[in-house]
Amino acid sequence: MPRLHASAGFGALLALLLIIGFGAWRYDGFISEYNILTVLRYNSMFALVGLGMCFVIMTGGIDLSVGSVAALSSVVAAYLSPYGLIPGLLGGLAAGLAAGIINGFIISKMKILPFIATLATMLAASGVALLLSNQQSVPASYDTNFMALGQGDFALYAPEWVNGEDAGFFGAVIRIFLGFPIPAWIALFAYFLGSLILNRTAFGRHVLAVGGGEEASRLMGLPTDRTIFLVYVMSGFLAGMAGVILAAQFGAGQPIEGVGWELFAIASVVVGGTLLTGGKGSVGATLVGTLLLGILFTVLNFENGMGWISLSAYWQSVLRGGFLLVVVILQSRLTRSAAAA
Amino acid sequence: MATAEPFLSMQGINKSFGNIPALIDASLEVREGEVMALIGQNGAGKSTMIKVLNGFSRKDAGTITVNGAPWAATSPEMAQRGGISTIFQEINLIPFRSVTENIYLGREIKTRLGLLDLRAMQAGARKLLAEFDIDVDVRRPLGEFSTAIQQMVAIARAVSFDARLVIMDEPTSSLDETEVGVLFETIRRLKAKRVAVVFVSHKLDELYAVCDRVTVMRDGRTVAVSTMADMTKLQLVATMLGRDLAEVRRAGATAFTEGTRTIGEELLSVQDLAVGRRVSDASLSVRRGEIVGLAGLLGAGRTETARAIYGASPHEKGSIRLEGKETDFTAPADAIKAGIGFCSEDRKHEGIIPGMSVRENLTLALLPALSRAGIVDESRQREIVLRFIKEIGIKCSSPEQKIRELSGGNQQKVLLARWLCMNPKLLILDEPTRGIDVGAKAEIQRLIRKLADDGLGVLMISSEIEEIVEGSDRVFVLRDGKMTAEFDGEAINEPAVMGAMAHGHGEVA
Repeated sequence: MPRLHASAGFGALLALLLIIGFGAWRYDGFISEYNILTVLRYNSMFALVGLGMCFVIMTGGIDLSVGSVAALSSVVAAYLSPYGLIPGLLGGLAAGLAAGIINGFIISKMKILPFIATLATMLAASGVALLLSNQQSVPASYDTNFMALGQGDFALYAPEWVNGEDAGFFGAVIRIFLGFPIPAWIALFAYFLGSLILNRTAFGRHVLAVGGGEEASRLMGLPTDRTIFLVYVMSGFLAGMAGVILAAQFGAGQPIEGVGWELFAIASVVVGGTLLTGGKGSVGATLVGTLLLGILFTVLNFENGMGWISLSAYWQSVLRGGFLLVVVILQSRLTRSAAAA
Repeated sequence: MATAEPFLSMQGINKSFGNIPALIDASLEVREGEVMALIGQNGAGKSTMIKVLNGFSRKDAGTITVNGAPWAATSPEMAQRGGISTIFQEINLIPFRSVTENIYLGREIKTRLGLLDLRAMQAGARKLLAEFDIDVDVRRPLGEFSTAIQQMVAIARAVSFDARLVIMDEPTSSLDETEVGVLFETIRRLKAKRVAVVFVSHKLDELYAVCDRVTVMRDGRTVAVSTMADMTKLQLVATMLGRDLAEVRRAGATAFTEGTRTIGEELLSVQDLAVGRRVSDASLSVRRGEIVGLAGLLGAGRTETARAIYGASPHEKGSIRLEGKETDFTAPADAIKAGIGFCSEDRKHEGIIPGMSVRENLTLALLPALSRAGIVDESRQREIVLRFIKEIGIKCSSPEQKIRELSGGNQQKVLLARWLCMNPKLLILDEPTRGIDVGAKAEIQRLIRKLADDGLGVLMISSEIEEIVEGSDRVFVLRDGKMTAEFDGEAINEPAVMGAMAHGHGEVA
């Protein structure tokens, strides 16, 4: 079964490489520094939300509230941004954390189905965000360095020569590395930690055990309720982080953003080969899944740019949905044939 | 080798669920290094006894001492820490996770940094399994291995908690013969380590092969404790079923009366059937107007045989003929079309739809025939429902009453009616009177007799020996998946049937 599991993640990686290859072959500027950094900057938010979702789904749960929680945190962070980067960051994280704690409590202690519980918090968080913001986007402060969280990088620290004419390939690599957007660093760091937690801590193993058999885990004496509680707290916290980046990237708290993020996150997780029923999954594959769906979006934009076709954003949703369906069908086929073997 | 003080002593245990007593003054004693068989029919209280011991349920009254000290586990993990591990009937491990993880979940070995020490855990798992002569790649997911290996891993995990008592709830139900051999070897090793074992099984041969003593439970009470050597299989079965050997007679404890007995030509014929692990060689036949009893201990393969006839499970070998024609059912729908009805033993989960009315429940299977272009012919539906309510005496306030508000007996009647309104040729009844009070039981039994007299073929599975003996025109006995005896007419009596259930042949030992 790990072979199957690896193959699901491997399949996503292969698809990612194919689509990048396709883009590089078909479109000018697809492999430009500008495009790469834009893709990374924009998708880092989804990557964070996807990571939280990945842990939730591995326990066999679901968190529908991530989108509105991110919207709420973006509003809170924008309000606090005049006081500086740290207050903005902490405020946004606190909002996410609070939502996560509420979700975790309702699900693990009051035993409400995750779907229902997070549906409720999704509506509630969205309402709070709209109330706080008066249904307007909340401009973030340009006077503090808050925006760096969404738009910044370390390019300023680049040595002179890499920007020179003859910097060559090596110089470009260093340029991209230092030009790496701060949100992408945050996401990378989160994924590194997430992978460590999943693979090398007891909590991570308990997450998979609970998803693989909640009753069995309980009978084995594992802290199932605490494990379930913590994954929702994690998911809320990461959604909060995504919200902070949202506010910083677009220069404003966005109370109506985040619609459909939960579905995008679920899609990334599933495309990465994590079982929706829980018990099996991979953090790295979720990152691949996020990038895959994100780059698919970029490819469609480039295709529109070519002028041959003009696909609206709605068509992109249709295509992504179809793509997801194919992956899920393949997944269940593979699982079934593995079970039959 | 027996110590004076038993390792485990449970005395005067009472436990009720709601108003229904599950344990009444029950007791169990197990000595150090002893393998104790715990047997009894379904509902005898074995599982409740185990759950009270391992902290899953709370006892209402009674005392439990372990090693002389009062025992107060309130959860399975507490029991485990106190030295009592339970291996549940369904293996309660995580198939997706590796063998190592399954052994170490909940007590992981960590490095100084607080991270998991994978290498140490893998080495530990290998060493532990080596004690049981198991050599597998401990990094592979548990689900890749055979049920026996999984069972062994569960046992290894249980033992590695320094268990002093291991409870095994039907550990062999999913194992084949060689696997059972490995399990027995494991039990002997545990015994050699002075670990006590409580072994729950319905397979008598296994009990004699591996157990030292036996505790028999019936109706929530402990009715016998004996060394295995001092009890014959027949005595064991008689004690389990609550029949006094000397008094076993055709006494008339049930409402099956002598009918008109117009037994017709052969309706169903099953030859050399093999189904999964449970049924290896079953043959039987049912004729029109005949009630055929299918007897056997739990796990003997009765339900599996019935499910195969009904097309709910595929059979690997043998033939099933209905009215002389070989059947080829791939789903119950085919069997229903061919005129077979099946009342499952699990009325709650496989029978009634609690939130629906009597009318809807009764005509559920008939709906395709009742509707034209998807529209249900409601006047015909109503007519049929009213007819059956009257004919078989279903007590309900109206056809629109929710079925969950009815008594068990009336629910069962609705289920019978559900099949009867399809005009079946053959009705398979799995434990038709389980969980039904005495009065309603008699009514159901009379109804079954009447149906047979009207020409229906009935195949009846029952764990109640008197129901089988008095209600059947013919009896087939299954033992460990094999049809071992057939009794007809006068030859049907309790000692004979019980003898066949215990030994596999009709004579009293």
